[in-house]
Amino acid sequence: MSRATSYLSNGQDWTFELLTDYDRAIRQIAVDEFGLDCYPNQIEVIASEQMLDAYASVGLPISYHHWSFGKAFISHEQSYRRGAQGLAYEIVINSDPCIAYLMEENSLPMQALVIAHACYGHNSFFKGNYLFRQWTDADAIVDYMVFARNYVAECEERFGIGAVEAMLDACHALQEFGVSRYHRPAPLSAADELLRQREREEGARQRHDELWRTVPAAADVDDAVAPRVFPEEPEENILYFVEKNSPSLAPWQRELVRIVRKLAQYFYPQGQTKVMNEGWATFWHYTILNRLYDKRQVDDGFMLEVLASHTNVVAQRGFDERGYGGINPYALGFAMFTDIRRICEAPTDEDREWFPAIAGSDWRETLDTAMRQYKDESFINQFLSPKLIRDFRLFAIGDDAGRPFLEVDSIHNEAGYRRVRRLLSTQYDRDGLMPDIEVVRFDRDRSRSLTLRHRQHRGKPLGSEGKKVLWHLQRLWGFDVKLESVDENGEVVSVASAGSGGPST
Amino acid sequence: MSVIIDRRLNERNKSAGNRARFMRRYKKQIRRAVSERIGERSIRDMATGGEVDIPASDISEPRWRHGEGGEREIVLPGNREFESGDRLKRPQGQGGGGGSGEGGEGDGDEDNFTFALSRDEFMEIFFDDLELPHLLRTEAGDITEPAYERAGYTRDGAPVNLSVVRTMQQALGRRIALSGAARRRVAELERLQAGDGTVGTDEADEADVAALDDATTVELEALRSRIARVPFLDEIDLRYRHRVQVPKPVSRAVMFCLMDVSASMDEHRKDLAKRFFTLLYLFLSRKYERVEIVFIRHTDDAEEVDEETFFHDRKTGGTVVLSALTLMHEIMRERFPKDSWNIYGAQASDGDAFGVDPERSRVFLEESLIPGLRHFAYIEVCERPERHRSTLSSAYARIDDERFAMREVNERRDIYPVFRELFTARAKRVPA
Repeated sequence: MSRATSYLSNGQDWTFELLTDYDRAIRQIAVDEFGLDCYPNQIEVIASEQMLDAYASVGLPISYHHWSFGKAFISHEQSYRRGAQGLAYEIVINSDPCIAYLMEENSLPMQALVIAHACYGHNSFFKGNYLFRQWTDADAIVDYMVFARNYVAECEERFGIGAVEAMLDACHALQEFGVSRYHRPAPLSAADELLRQREREEGARQRHDELWRTVPAAADVDDAVAPRVFPEEPEENILYFVEKNSPSLAPWQRELVRIVRKLAQYFYPQGQTKVMNEGWATFWHYTILNRLYDKRQVDDGFMLEVLASHTNVVAQRGFDERGYGGINPYALGFAMFTDIRRICEAPTDEDREWFPAIAGSDWRETLDTAMRQYKDESFINQFLSPKLIRDFRLFAIGDDAGRPFLEVDSIHNEAGYRRVRRLLSTQYDRDGLMPDIEVVRFDRDRSRSLTLRHRQHRGKPLGSEGKKVLWHLQRLWGFDVKLESVDENGEVVSVASAGSGGPST
Repeated sequence: MSVIIDRRLNERNKSAGNRARFMRRYKKQIRRAVSERIGERSIRDMATGGEVDIPASDISEPRWRHGEGGEREIVLPGNREFESGDRLKRPQGQGGGGGSGEGGEGDGDEDNFTFALSRDEFMEIFFDDLELPHLLRTEAGDITEPAYERAGYTRDGAPVNLSVVRTMQQALGRRIALSGAARRRVAELERLQAGDGTVGTDEADEADVAALDDATTVELEALRSRIARVPFLDEIDLRYRHRVQVPKPVSRAVMFCLMDVSASMDEHRKDLAKRFFTLLYLFLSRKYERVEIVFIRHTDDAEEVDEETFFHDRKTGGTVVLSALTLMHEIMRERFPKDSWNIYGAQASDGDAFGVDPERSRVFLEESLIPGLRHFAYIEVCERPERHRSTLSSAYARIDDERFAMREVNERRDIYPVFRELFTARAKRVPA
């Protein structure tokens, strides 16, 4: 540490040389001292308009064209212009190399914070967390998006913008139901995709035989065999089922379904690890920059600006305060990782009782394990300590539509810790957020209709837009689509069908 | 090791394609929003583009979510006074008692989705139906005004127009032509002289060499003085930038809005008139760089007023249409000479005129005004279902000039079609 007492810079303005210096200093701490395992970094400096563009394509550096991205762009732009919303300081992409965008307007301390946060925090999370390891291909996503963009553009040219848009609308409506949660998807490869898609078209072309069109339609062949139920097991990945089995889609349409499905799969882990991911990155920028300060590589002014920004990021408002927007994932995540470190380093009697396995253990190892092997739901269930429940003053409210009032279920006291923790953890579970809907029947031999089952969770009906989504599904399917809602005993409560007509636009 | 890349110079407008798709998809809604704007804004502001709202429910992207109802627990931060078991009133505004049929209605008062249109986008949507720009460009002629345009170089002109570069080019060429051969010869002789000093060994030739040397020296001198006589810059080198006068279309226009504000013109009719004037203004401001507006209102007496007064101030009195036309004529003569302004007139009235006024107005319009105008449009804002002619329109109907057009407007939705007709159907104009 020969430069241990020299500041890397003074002043607010950044230059590319300074960014390199800071990156080197931060890397030294993150990787050499704390042992974070990261993808190589690709740091890109962009202007605010480009940041708006990046927002609109959900953070990906490239994406296919669709009006909904335009809508997102317009609304971000609008609120940014009005000053209602600042832009994020960075966007980071789960890819190898890990791409991070830095805004040119940031001051030097902010750039350093962002480098620590995104390029070492998020980056190591992407590389280490089991969900990302299992479900996404960091090295293939950018290539795949290039493929998707070109493919969609080509389809627009061949089949018209309107037809492509209708397909994508329908797929987007079912996006969240295009995820397989229980088996790992095949790795992405743009080259393979292209090949596969060519084969699919070629196959369709070769199988096409004019003669078949002259064969008169069979007059109701009596099947001797009793119609088997298909699929044998309910299928939760609705888009997958549509892609493979829809009786009416053309090859290019199946391909579009696949693209949306693959994208949904790519984003699936992000939705499951919001608290952990942000918490981890925030914990590390805080720890790394403090270390930088301790090593006297940055001055007081630098640190004050960093801390001011950090404090804003991890602010948590109470439920009845103005500006409350739910539980802040940065605040909760940061508090939890900091708390785990505290439990390791300075456990109290309460911690020893609650966390006998980690109290007094090596904090770096414990944190690393937590980062690798958990998602939000299990992370909270495992590591939320009574101290944090008290600090956040968490409490649970029971809301039963059958009763005219709300009841306070449990609060931050001895009797309530476990229950509050469990309830909070289920709040982050996908099943808590998303209704449980599966494909249960495809009447292959007769009407070709599709039946879905919505298993109501504790009597919660489907939201009011359910019918529109069903209509989109019907468009993909081409034949009747029915949605049965069943209660917890399996009794059918209601049946909805898409019917004719559709959304007004 | 990290790579740091400067991407600031990359393409900025990556979302343009997505934005265009959004506009394309919601054209109908956007067009409706734009046409609603007309009522709210002043005519001059209309051409600046601006924000439009479209209902958020129209552009929602449906998803499957849990609906209201059933049982759930919610964990919240920041408890202060609650103990477990406390009962609270259900907060209002969360969709009520969980009835399943209400969801759709509840969405109605969602926020609007607001976004900004550029001036060009605004205009394009506004005139989307009308397809007017092309039509008018070909049909209504332009007033021209001489303007200077560059047209190469000439040999004479004013010193301010001297083109130094051109002149120096000429001079260089002339110098090469006149002294090039001499210079080449000089170079040759000089080489020879210098060469002699080293090569000349033969003693027998010494006298010859000396004689030759003298001859060379003489020739050299003659050549040098010839070169010196070629001037660096000569009068014939001078070149001047040339400018010629060409007729250019005048890119300014004035629009006269004439309106009858007598008691029979109520708010509804004024609104119709305003919409019409707005359309005309927008239309003209697309075509001309600068558009002036003159508002003339009249009862039995005409006066020039500002926009606010024009549309919103009340005045009582009779109706003398001619007064407005005369005033327009005066203003034209004073401020807008017809050979340097494109003049448009638009008149709105309920058509009630009395006595000799309609006929005199027609004569004045046809003989004195129209010859100086690009176009004059008369719209009659009326609400009479039976289609009997008003006195003014029966008089105007006899005007036979392709720069004049008239139509009736009854309702808002008529405005666009009438506007279109006024500017397109001139060839096959039928008596209204």
